[in-house]
Amino acid sequence: MPELTPGSRWASQVCTTEVIIVRAPDGDVDLECGGSPVVPVGEGGPNGPPDAEAAGGSLLGKRYVDGDDTLELLCTKPGDGSLGAGGTLLDLKDAKPLPASD
Amino acid sequence: MLLEMAVGGFADRVAVGSCDDGLTFADLFGRAAATAERLRSVDAGHLVLADVSSEALPVLLFGASWAGIPFVPLNYRLPDGELRTLAGRVSPALAVAQPGTTERLDGLDGIGVVDRGDLWQGLSATRTTENDWGFEGEDVAVLLFTSGTTGDPKAAVLRQRHLVSYILGSVDFGSAGEEEAALVSVPPYHVAGIAAILSNVFAGRRLLQLPTFEPGAWIDLVRAEGVTSAMVVPTMLARIVEHLDAEGPSSPGLPTLRALSYGGGRMPQPVIEKALDLLPDTSFVNAYGLTETSSTVTLLGPDEHRAAVASDDPKVRRRIASVGRPLPGIEVSIRDEAGAETPDGEPGDIWLRGEQVSGEYREQGSRLTDEGWFPTNDGGWLDDEGFLFVTGRIDDVIVKGGQNISPGEIEEVLLRHPAVADTAAIGLPDREWGERIVVAVVVRGDVDISPDDLQDLVRHELRSNRTPDLVEFVDELPYNDTGKLLRRVLRERLAHLGDA
Repeated sequence: MPELTPGSRWASQVCTTEVIIVRAPDGDVDLECGGSPVVPVGEGGPNGPPDAEAAGGSLLGKRYVDGDDTLELLCTKPGDGSLGAGGTLLDLKDAKPLPASD
Repeated sequence: MLLEMAVGGFADRVAVGSCDDGLTFADLFGRAAATAERLRSVDAGHLVLADVSSEALPVLLFGASWAGIPFVPLNYRLPDGELRTLAGRVSPALAVAQPGTTERLDGLDGIGVVDRGDLWQGLSATRTTENDWGFEGEDVAVLLFTSGTTGDPKAAVLRQRHLVSYILGSVDFGSAGEEEAALVSVPPYHVAGIAAILSNVFAGRRLLQLPTFEPGAWIDLVRAEGVTSAMVVPTMLARIVEHLDAEGPSSPGLPTLRALSYGGGRMPQPVIEKALDLLPDTSFVNAYGLTETSSTVTLLGPDEHRAAVASDDPKVRRRIASVGRPLPGIEVSIRDEAGAETPDGEPGDIWLRGEQVSGEYREQGSRLTDEGWFPTNDGGWLDDEGFLFVTGRIDDVIVKGGQNISPGEIEEVLLRHPAVADTAAIGLPDREWGERIVVAVVVRGDVDISPDDLQDLVRHELRSNRTPDLVEFVDELPYNDTGKLLRRVLRERLAHLGDA
């Protein structure tokens, strides 16, 4: 798959999930949702179902990170599939509240 | 994308205005769609706004983004000639004028003008088009003319990817409680006015607008609408503090106001100390940022404010005058004239790097270095824990006898004197030294103070070569409407104090 550049947007092939990349490691990352590779936004869709082991769902506005904390993405549309990279599910990231400046 | 998410998360919440009759996020989305349709139908290349804040402002900002064209808010306070010159630079465009003022922009080549009231009437809240809002990171989202305090205004380019990076890097989606409301009193043509719309929409916080700032009206609105957060420029805070203070011991205060952020210029220390005292339950945030960096890049947070004021350690105490530490995605580097990093704590030019940093102008192109750094032309230094102190524009540096002297350094010392309400240091021509240091001082109340006292204070606190050669007492200093000190105007006013 193409490199995950910050700001690029991806869609699930098995559910309504869409994400935007916040940061990504150099090189290839196999980003998945519901057990299937994600595709550029506009090419995906809920042609499910998600794999049983990746059907926990994604949550709108939540951030997800990998175990090494090198990949971070934001869920822009929720769905039934769980997000993963290279066969491992991503973790929900704790909010890091910054004081509102505007 | 940001507004689409907000609609997905909390469509029926009020996004803009009063709880009773404001626009919900769904209304905002529907009207943005109608705006985009209108912009496409007339093939507008830009959406220009020459108007105060209104509920139409966020609709137009998002509508332009949906149509994929730049939103260009102009300073409606400019004289007609200057306003027309700026509008002419972004032709072709559809220009939205403050009600009753379309003639100000009539007859410009390639620019159609519409009265905001008429436009608003024509925007149906029901969406007729399908949702085809894409997201192109390279699209120019906003063009903002810099205030041009030193020359012709430059059109700073902010692309979608800069603004989205800023929001994703600094705001948690939907993090605002349903009762929260933010009051915006900076005008639409100020980067903080744009950032406030984006970050509050993404947080799910209701926006309230005060089109023309006046301290009494600001305080009334905070009390009437239960405002929980607000952003002000230093001159606004000074007037709010004065007004609250005058209410005396029976003042109800501002109990709903949880957070107050300020930025956009230097904050006189007595003002912030008084504000902390009058608003003991409010969290204060000092934000430093530039148009070219998509608003805020460093923050001095609430705990750091209180810690500074409470500390006996002069190093910690001094941080009340700092702009805090960088946001997570931002790097700060202090460089000398040759572009080399200065050794620990030495002042220099503030360079910034990060995804939200644009550093690009429409006509002049990108000003980023090969390594992606934006030289801000603001002078500053970092303390040993990474707190940034901004001393002022590099162009304002006084050169006396070959020594570079930052006005901010002298002003910071003078502002600590209880009799000094406001001050500015400038360089004026001097036959012997190149420039002489002249300080204009606004005295607080009717305190008795002599030029000698102030000269001694600077000599004692800094080095003798920083001592003002002349102290001139003035009634007020010249500021523009967003709180920026106009040193050029001050230099003209005091020109008679320099050698011809």
